[in-house]
This record gives sequence, structure tokens and C-alpha cells, in this order.
Amino acid sequence: MNPARDNQTAPGSAGRLRAYLMFTVLLIAAWVLWSGMFKPLLLALGAVSCALVVYIAVRMGYFDSRVFALRFNLRLLGFWAWLLKEIVKSSLEVARIVLARKLELSTRVVEIDVSQLSPVDQVILGNSITLTPGTLTLDADDGKLLVHALTAEGAAALEEGEMLRRVAAIHKD
Amino acid sequence: MMGTVFDIASWVLLTFGGLSVLIGGIGALRMPDLFTRMHAASVTDSLGAILVLTGVMLQAGLTLATIKLAAILLFLLLTSPTASNALATAAMLAGNKPGIDTTSNRSDAQ
Repeated sequence: MNPARDNQTAPGSAGRLRAYLMFTVLLIAAWVLWSGMFKPLLLALGAVSCALVVYIAVRMGYFDSRVFALRFNLRLLGFWAWLLKEIVKSSLEVARIVLARKLELSTRVVEIDVSQLSPVDQVILGNSITLTPGTLTLDADDGKLLVHALTAEGAAALEEGEMLRRVAAIHKD
Repeated sequence: MMGTVFDIASWVLLTFGGLSVLIGGIGALRMPDLFTRMHAASVTDSLGAILVLTGVMLQAGLTLATIKLAAILLFLLLTSPTASNALATAAMLAGNKPGIDTTSNRSDAQ
């Protein structure tokens, strides 16, 4: 269940401490920025929340691999724009199916080979598939995504692989 | 003048957002099994959330509230597929196989 725990490519203890600190500072900054209030009760709640999040992150092996692996760049924004277009398109398609007098379903389960992508890109692809209505990532395992599609057309579009190519292009250097 | 334009755009977004939430709800009721219901519900999750929150952002204008709303939208779009994936995986582990108990379809279900 937990691949991060299997390959202990852990950074040194100094690097690990720096990652803990950066993560904690980021959480505290986020809390103060979003809350904007400095009453003792709210600050205490914030401290407890931050500590809880750090504890959970450590427990799920977040610091065992590279932290802050998701880097932002302009191509990510371009991908989001394309994804938004896809979400609108497939939402209309699902809305048409839902509102039709008779439900016209042709569900398919397809397996997509994503072994060429880095783990972060695999997550981006899996989540993007789930985010577009009509396709749903069931399982991600061993470089393969198991995807459930509402219609045969949706499954075919996925197997054609445009989304995979666009995800692969985000972090290509 | 600009205020009216933003108001109209905002109300259009909110109306269509509300409509997608409604369609997602209808779909979740009409679909035959868990996985197809999740497909319908994801209209609410993605398009509904995007339209409603963008509409509210236009109401808030260039304030801190808009930045907070944008952050809420970002986190929602990051976490909701993760939750869907957890639900789908849990359903499969519990023996709810997709494509077997879907009744009204032309799929390769036995």
C-alpha cells in the first residue's frame, strides 16, 4: 500500500530536519494568511492543526521521498487551461446522458500504461482523469492506471492518449 | 458600468453552476451502480465547483476574499479526485466489481 516506505531513499538527517522545518513554516504562514486573526484561541488552534498535519505527513512517509516534488511552471498553466476545456466538454456529454429519457450507458474498464511517467506525473494524470466527468481512475498500481469510463467513446479517447502526452509534456526538460 | 458587466457574468456563472450541481444530483439518483453514480457526481465536483466559485469570486472583486476563494477552488480540485480514488479503491476491495452489476448497458458485462 505504501511505496514510499519500501524504497528508503531517505535524505540525510540534516536535510530531513530542514524539510520538516520548511514544511512547518509553510503551514504556519498559510494559517496566518488565511485566518488573519491573532486571538490566542485561534493561534492555538492553528498550532495544533499544523502539528497534526506534520504528524500525519511523517506517518504517511511524506518525507521519505523528495519533498515539494510538484514544481510550478508555465506549461502547468497551459495544461490546466486544456483540462478546463476537457472538463466542460465531458460535463456537457455526461449531462446529456443523465438528462436523456433512456440511460444510454456503455461502461468500459481500460488499463493505461503510464510507466513512462514519473510518480508525480502519474498522480497528475490519474487525478485529471477522475476530474473529467465520465472517466474515473479506479486504481493506480505498478505503472498502470485502471480507468472506468461511462461510455465506449470516452474509453477510446483515453486509450488514444492525448491526455497522457500532455501530462508527459509538463515536466519535460 | 463595469459593475453591471461583472454582475451579469457572475449570475450567468452561478446559474450554470447551480444547474450542473442539480444535474449531478439527478445523475447520482438515476445511474444503476456505484461507479456510474460517481461519474454523475463528478459533474457536481468539477464543473459545479468551478462555476459557482468563479461566480462568487466575481462578486468579491479584487480582494483577499477572492484569493481565498481561488485557493479553496485549487484545493478542492486537488482533493476531490483523491477522495474519489479512495472511494473507488475501497469499493473494489470490498468486492464491488465494475461492469458486473451495471444493468442497463451494452457493455461486456456478463
